[in-house]
Amino acid sequence: MSYLARRLLTFPLVMLGVSILVFVAIRLVPGDAITAMLGTEAGLLTPAQRAALSAYFGIDKPILVQYWSWLLGVLQGDLGISVIHGKPALTIILERFPLTLQLALMSMCVALLVGLPAGVFAATRNEKISDLAVRIFAMIGQSTPNFVVGLLIIYALSAGFGILPTMGEFTPFLTDPLRNLGQMILPAITLGFAFAASVTRISRSAMLDVLSDDYVRTARSKGVPKRSVIWRHALPNALIPVVTLSGVEFGYLLGGAVLVEQIYALPGLGRLVLEAILQRDYALVQGCVLFIAFNFMVVNLLVDLAYVTLDPRIRLGESN
Amino acid sequence: MTPLLSVSGLRVGFGRDPKQNEIVKGVSFDLDAGETLAIVGESGSGKSVTALSINRLVDFGGGRIIGGSITLKRADGSILDITGAQEPVLEKIRGSEIGMIFQEPMTSLNPVLTIGRQIEESFRLHRGLTGRQATAAAKDALDRVRIPDAARRLKYTPNQLSGGMLQRVMIAMALACNPRLLIADEPTTALDVTVQAQIMALLGELKRETDMGMIFITHDIGLVAGIADKVMVMQAGEAVEQGPLGDVLDQPKHPYTQHLLSAVPHFESGRAARSDFSREKSEAIVPALKVDGLTVRFKVAGSILSRSPGSVHAVENVGFDLMPGETLAIVGESGSGKSTTARAILGLVKPTRGSFSANNGRIVDGSDPSVQMVFQNPYASLNPRLRIDSILAEPVIAAGGRIDAETRAKMVALLKRVGLPENSLLRYPHEFSGGQRQRLCIARALMLNPSIVVLDEAVSALDVSVQAKVLELLVDLQHEYGLAYLFVSHDMAVVERIAHRIAVLYAGQIVEIGNAASLLSNPQHSYTKRLISAVPSIERRNQHFELDTRQVPSLVRPPGFEPPPAEWQTCGPDHRARAEA
Repeated sequence: MSYLARRLLTFPLVMLGVSILVFVAIRLVPGDAITAMLGTEAGLLTPAQRAALSAYFGIDKPILVQYWSWLLGVLQGDLGISVIHGKPALTIILERFPLTLQLALMSMCVALLVGLPAGVFAATRNEKISDLAVRIFAMIGQSTPNFVVGLLIIYALSAGFGILPTMGEFTPFLTDPLRNLGQMILPAITLGFAFAASVTRISRSAMLDVLSDDYVRTARSKGVPKRSVIWRHALPNALIPVVTLSGVEFGYLLGGAVLVEQIYALPGLGRLVLEAILQRDYALVQGCVLFIAFNFMVVNLLVDLAYVTLDPRIRLGESN
Repeated sequence: MTPLLSVSGLRVGFGRDPKQNEIVKGVSFDLDAGETLAIVGESGSGKSVTALSINRLVDFGGGRIIGGSITLKRADGSILDITGAQEPVLEKIRGSEIGMIFQEPMTSLNPVLTIGRQIEESFRLHRGLTGRQATAAAKDALDRVRIPDAARRLKYTPNQLSGGMLQRVMIAMALACNPRLLIADEPTTALDVTVQAQIMALLGELKRETDMGMIFITHDIGLVAGIADKVMVMQAGEAVEQGPLGDVLDQPKHPYTQHLLSAVPHFESGRAARSDFSREKSEAIVPALKVDGLTVRFKVAGSILSRSPGSVHAVENVGFDLMPGETLAIVGESGSGKSTTARAILGLVKPTRGSFSANNGRIVDGSDPSVQMVFQNPYASLNPRLRIDSILAEPVIAAGGRIDAETRAKMVALLKRVGLPENSLLRYPHEFSGGQRQRLCIARALMLNPSIVVLDEAVSALDVSVQAKVLELLVDLQHEYGLAYLFVSHDMAVVERIAHRIAVLYAGQIVEIGNAASLLSNPQHSYTKRLISAVPSIERRNQHFELDTRQVPSLVRPPGFEPPPAEWQTCGPDHRARAEA
């Protein structure tokens, strides 16, 4: 069987595992949905009212029965109804997802546009002052929490240049691209900062390895100018670890970035999950986690396929 | 007349303080167009650094030229001072006027670019060709190095070609712009001996066609005889002797040259074969090891979109027996299945079919203590974190034994027997030299009193003089313990000195097997003949190697394929070869 088919077959299995985990985990937490929904007023409910509400939401049944009916729904594309929003969970998730996807893509662009050249540059200046500077900067980037970076950027722009980041109601890209980008660029830089630092470090070390490889010497012996040696001969060979790292980071970003969304008041997946957890919105939490797991798997598959195009020696599915 | 290349008083150093760390200490030579200079020396003698200084690639390896001069007569007749040239000038020279080929074709080509693009690059850089013109030029370059089906091969990436093919691609690339000087740094060391002969033939022919000068770097003085006009012998950064080929080989003046010439085991076409064992006189009746119909196949996985195309028939119906006290050498080139055969016998690879039985008729499996192994690389096959006593204890523990006074006495006795001091037990592997480590590996293999020792290229990684001593030790141990050796090797000169019998493996099958002296002096199968005639020898001067573009056949067979049964012809009392169509 081909690699792709085998890989796609594992999708439902992993999803099933994830669904069981999240279903059980959320129910192990003390407290219940009705209390969470009604807050202190829940205390005013008579046991009969409470039972009626439980029956209405279906949470009075044994957990296996609950799981089974939920699973049947998921298989038909129904992630359940969010009790807080009163809308299908999937609808809410799909409303929030474009923003998260856009943010993740933009952060990755920032990371690659800054991190790759910086890493390559540092590798070619190995052990010189400029290499050291890049490495220190990368270390700082990796170790600074992104909310600190975000706040510093806002502070610097407003206090230093008098520019205020575009705030207010979030505008989708298709409605007003310019306003949208104005709102998104700072969050993307904030998220991309640490990401870029990781890309810098990994591309630097990968390039250092590759630059001492025999084929680089061969290229030089042909009279290939320095710039082509680096960008045409060495870099493509150093990309595999960079792609691996970017894939993992991108997968995380697709799960939303709670702190950055909070700082810039963006209605992304991260905040959605946080709210759903705080409010015990079972259907929404389960739906979000499944959705995020699914994205992660898709990204991983794309990364594996990228390996094949990057390096002809890699043939997927071969067992050695 | 100014020579093509003139090097005088060249000094090269490395590191932060190059003057303190001189690798090349004042080397001088001249080279004319059409002339071949061989630079011979051991690793660390500075021969590669000298070569890399000529196109200044040494700069990228952390080296610096600290004295002397290198001048090149360019195509337009002007003289270029290479030691003082700036990088942009050097980039123009490299590839167009000075070409270079390296030792490892497998790693010297960029794995992610097609070979077409890599060859075209030279034409783009130095001839200004683009698009179709560059592609056509690249195809011509491949034709020139006799790669069949060149147009299709341009689209291949390096992993799709064999080592010999890749070295031809390297040569095509280096010669793309008709350089006036070619530097070949051990271009055949990583290749099989038959492929080596082909590459040498090709270089010789191309040199005659183009009248370029060539610098040929090697540690194999036998190879020098076949190609060089002049020889320079280097030792510890200095040229200890140089002169015309005949003078250096026949009347070596410097003791080091004499040592180099005498330490190398020369292939003597069976005259040097061992005669200390014969099957008729042996008392043993039951073979130490009997292998019957051994077949190993590896299923080839399909790609993303296609099914498996079949299996690699790595070893096909191999059978032989090995008597106590006898050495059977398995020879063949990479991919012939010789290592797979050894691994299957040790149970490291699961055979598809076939059986083995040891002296008492038991079926051998991987955990049988009567079969032990010594590997090729003594640096990699000893765990650096274990002390020698733990290393020697390992096989005993693995066999379910315990470390008692008797075992310790055995360790001490074996160490003494392989020629190592007793206090070695408390030391670590890094404290030993390569030859000593291989002795340790031999001692380890003998801990369980095996009857059979499999030696997989056991002396290939050692220097020639060390090689000879380890071979001696192996012969002594064989006499003492009545050991049966299965000696896997590609080196015919070594095989001649250790083997009683030889099995020649080609494409997974035995093509010829028999008494060593008979097989080496009177080879019958065409492959054995090719293998033996390809062994370089200082006797054959300026030899015209036959150019042979045959490729090893692919071993991938469609599912369900069974090869036809072999037909054998007897060529002597203990010597038979497979009949050829």
